[in-house]
Amino acid sequence: MNIVYKFRDETNEEIEKIKSNFLLEVNHLSLTIERVGKGSDVEHLHVIRDFHLNIHQGEVVAIVGASGSGKSLLADAILGIHPKNSLIEGNIKYENQPLTEKRKKRLRGNDILLIPQMTNALDPLMKAGKQVESFIKQKNKQKIVKDIFQKVGLDPAVYHQIPSTLSGGMIRRIFIAMALASKVKLIIADEPTNGLDAEALDELLFQLKMLANDNRGIVMITHDLEAAMKIADKIAVFYAGETVEIADRKNVRKAGKFRHPYSRALWNALPQNGFVPIECSQPSPAEEIIGCSFASYCPEATKRCGTEKPELREVENGEMVRCFYA
Amino acid sequence: MEKWLGAFMLELKNISFRYNRSKWLFKHVNLAIGQGEIVGMYGKSGSGKTTLAKIMANYLSPAEGEILIDGEKMNNEKYYPVQLIWQHPEKAINPNWKLSTIIDEAEGLNEEIFSLLGIQKEWLNRRPHELSGGELQRFCIARAFGPNTRYIVADEITSMFDALTQAQIWHAFIKLVKERNIGVLAISHHIPLLEKISDRLIDFNKLKSCPNITN
Repeated sequence: MNIVYKFRDETNEEIEKIKSNFLLEVNHLSLTIERVGKGSDVEHLHVIRDFHLNIHQGEVVAIVGASGSGKSLLADAILGIHPKNSLIEGNIKYENQPLTEKRKKRLRGNDILLIPQMTNALDPLMKAGKQVESFIKQKNKQKIVKDIFQKVGLDPAVYHQIPSTLSGGMIRRIFIAMALASKVKLIIADEPTNGLDAEALDELLFQLKMLANDNRGIVMITHDLEAAMKIADKIAVFYAGETVEIADRKNVRKAGKFRHPYSRALWNALPQNGFVPIECSQPSPAEEIIGCSFASYCPEATKRCGTEKPELREVENGEMVRCFYA
Repeated sequence: MEKWLGAFMLELKNISFRYNRSKWLFKHVNLAIGQGEIVGMYGKSGSGKTTLAKIMANYLSPAEGEILIDGEKMNNEKYYPVQLIWQHPEKAINPNWKLSTIIDEAEGLNEEIFSLLGIQKEWLNRRPHELSGGELQRFCIARAFGPNTRYIVADEITSMFDALTQAQIWHAFIKLVKERNIGVLAISHHIPLLEKISDRLIDFNKLKSCPNITN
């Protein structure tokens, strides 16, 4: 009896250990851009104010936010390719070690891969197959690449084509092929679904899931809540430079709603969920925000929301929300 | 008599198109959009929806066929009554102009359109890079509502936006269109959205493969 009990205790401990072993952990990240305005005034743009994220291996986390809310800069900040006139604060941990600028330089491309939003990110003069090959270390590269091409649904003839002869959808697949060919553990996909029709979208999401099943962590940055709801394990809602909610997809499906008023508004605005518009816009990054960033549009806001800033707090099982009343 | 029969709709008759000498993108497309009607059209990417939109707004001329607007053939001299709103607002405006200049491209706009679309007065003094894509798209939509506009082709106008911005833009758009009795062709690959906004739905691939009526 005693032994069994002990055994159980150990497994629990192990689960606990795996659970706390994040692949990537981001806390209180902020990014401020310094800009010279009129005359000699220096303007500070708070593009990212307070961002949180954590991700395990084999997990898909979607960061959902409005267009123009600075989501792409988030990826740049994690990879260390943010603009020179910007300042990053907060702590980022990769495999439980702080991610310093030096380490970022070493890891990007080897451990962390960015799938860019722009389809013009490939080398325009190099054959597509050769570009994928550059991620492979073993011998017999051409055969491996052709196998991967088959997996992602690309014609073997694409191997010898240069990027300008390929469509946007095909280039997206080449990005996925690169991720499959490489040994990276973390993939950050910036708006991978932009401009795809329904069929191509489902295929791409399936391929991203395939990468996750390969025990890699995937951060998907998107404005498309629907696409996120299809594959993500966790959804981080991003508003005004802050993470306002981290929700478990299954729980959202079960409860049928999010916790934070902004995420709920986003959900209700989907065409299949009522198509309800509320009067709301993103606060300008030049603005100083006192209190809750969503207070002026929130239907349930009180006096407290306008004066006191809510912190991101855990509700249950790693789900978090930044609201006094949720 | 013939003129009267075709009145008050935008008609595409046997439109065919190909780029240079490549193969036909589509052949013998027939489509009619009534005044005040919102027609939703979906189809695969790369199937030629945007090309059809450009033909309808007179950016391209069809290889075959004709377009009648309220029963008349239009020439290129006047303000073209079919206006196209593009998917990417930042590509459809001059980046060096102030937004007040951009909005002046549509002469004699009604002031109330600004408040309806949620355009703030102070934005007019800014330049395009100082506004977000969602804000710019509101200007592009407002610009399409010139006093002589009778039909609007909206090509994926909200596909780059989050759900909330999308809902805001479409609600304002539908209100404006219904007020002025403008006919709309809304192109998107998001069928639930089209079901919400349009009076009837068309599958572009079926439209393309329709048997030729005249022959």
